[in-house]
Amino acid sequence: MMTLKQSRRLQSVLLGSLSWVIAALIFFPIFWMVLTSFKTEIDAFATPPQFIFTPTLENYLHIQERSDYFHFAWNSILISFSATILCLLIAVPAAYSMAFFETKRTKGTLLWMLSTKMLPPVGVLMPIYLLAKTFGLLDSRIALIVIYTLINLPIVVWMIYTYFKDIPGEILEASRLDGATTRQEIFKVLIPICKGGLASTALLSLILCWNEAFWSLNLTSSNAAPLTALIASYSSPEGLFWAKLSAVSTLACAPILIFGWISQKQLVRGLSFGAVK
Amino acid sequence: MNTSTITPRAASADDNDHQKKGSVTKPGWFLVSPSVLLLLVWMVVPLGMTIYFSLIRYNLLNPGENEFVGLENFEYFVTDSGFFPGAMNTLLLVGSVLAISVILGVLISALLEASEFLGRGIVRVLLISPFFIMPTVSALIWKNLLFHPVSGILASVWKLFGAQPIDWLANYPMLSIIIIVSWQWLPFAILILMTAMQSLDQEQKEAARLDGAGPIAIFWHLTLPHLARPIAVVVMIETIFLLSVFAEIFTTTNGGPGFASTNLAYLIYNQALLQFDVGMASAGGLIAVVIANIAAIILVRMIGKNLTDKS
Repeated sequence: MMTLKQSRRLQSVLLGSLSWVIAALIFFPIFWMVLTSFKTEIDAFATPPQFIFTPTLENYLHIQERSDYFHFAWNSILISFSATILCLLIAVPAAYSMAFFETKRTKGTLLWMLSTKMLPPVGVLMPIYLLAKTFGLLDSRIALIVIYTLINLPIVVWMIYTYFKDIPGEILEASRLDGATTRQEIFKVLIPICKGGLASTALLSLILCWNEAFWSLNLTSSNAAPLTALIASYSSPEGLFWAKLSAVSTLACAPILIFGWISQKQLVRGLSFGAVK
Repeated sequence: MNTSTITPRAASADDNDHQKKGSVTKPGWFLVSPSVLLLLVWMVVPLGMTIYFSLIRYNLLNPGENEFVGLENFEYFVTDSGFFPGAMNTLLLVGSVLAISVILGVLISALLEASEFLGRGIVRVLLISPFFIMPTVSALIWKNLLFHPVSGILASVWKLFGAQPIDWLANYPMLSIIIIVSWQWLPFAILILMTAMQSLDQEQKEAARLDGAGPIAIFWHLTLPHLARPIAVVVMIETIFLLSVFAEIFTTTNGGPGFASTNLAYLIYNQALLQFDVGMASAGGLIAVVIANIAAIILVRMIGKNLTDKS
């Protein structure tokens, strides 16, 4: 008895330590980025790499020096939030009607929406670039907002659809018997019930917009460039700004990382199109 | 996961439609149409333009010369010295990142589920974090802070063991890109698979254990079959994104040296916005679309079955 229990405990400790080691290895680049952001440029470039150093806030205090950080951050915020709101406005009615008024075509439509995600962005790079150029929308926030709305629409529809599907039909029936109109049904019944689901859908859309780096790199230069583009500009070998790069990166990633941590469970559901809950 | 109620619910909704006239009747197509129309336009207009561009001579550097050239652009694109390495690198990147993330993803999530230990919640958070880092950041952090041949962490690890530090991005560009991209997508697989494993029936597992099944037998006969659908989901989503990996290459190797780390997405970008050859870039874009669609047909069929035919 004792030995069995002991061996179980030993096993648990061993597996636990192994998990910790793997987690530490996978997380290390992020840890190192945050650590480097508190170093001077000289410490950041030192060999061997320094784990113990005098921390400095210099990089954060001078964040505006190399480029206007807040301009790029503002672009990221504006673009991500606008695209997300727009996307939800279009997706909620669609998901509502597909979840509660299912027809023969509903499943086909859902899968077709999903299949538009299979269109690789490079396939339409040229037309979108030229259209944006023709309409004077190169390096404009509007172009990115429209594109992000469209590329996230299928995922958002799917995700809301699976949340709506979980609502017992009886609730809607009851509200309908009480004489609720479609609009009342959506705003007074569905949305309050699905608050959590809608919030995590919005969060997923924000994360995807915030981190998108194909269209932002190809369609913007300075005026409408979001943080992804700002950080890409650090790749030019004009000099070694590792500590500054780390500080900017840490700031750019922190909000999304925290969002992700908070909503991991719900994100799984959205990212797997409701297949994993 | 009970969608078995679909049919009765839909039926009862229909009944209601008959009882109530006016506002509630058939909101269906009116409400779905904005989404469908927008996505249709988003697909058809640019794709139509791409097809048109791919058939004409169109270089932004020589405006005005737009005559019809048939399939010439496709011929040039396919015989371009970058096409073969580009296609190979695309397959290599998608294949190896998929293999790494699915295999390691299953093993790591199984490890986490195998026992209770101190700080499992924290371990979980640490493991999924890289997925939320934007691609340009992860590429540059790896390039500068880890891969750098003089001051990178890996260089000092190599030195610690008395080995000559490696200039990763110059000597093994494709391997380096694969490492960076896997680092971003393995956490996604872990996130999905870990959640899926938690929904595995513990009683079933306990019963199997009491029947004398070893941990490996349980993993093989109980856990893996349970993971079939989540694995399919991981494969599908990752394929969508991996086929068009761009920022990681753009910020680290620029596709080089030569075409050593160029994938199709980067090759087309190169034709389009660096050489201004719209015709050829469009031809390349269409080839990329065809490749993605072959993958899509296979995957959507597979997943579509998995997503809709739930028992």
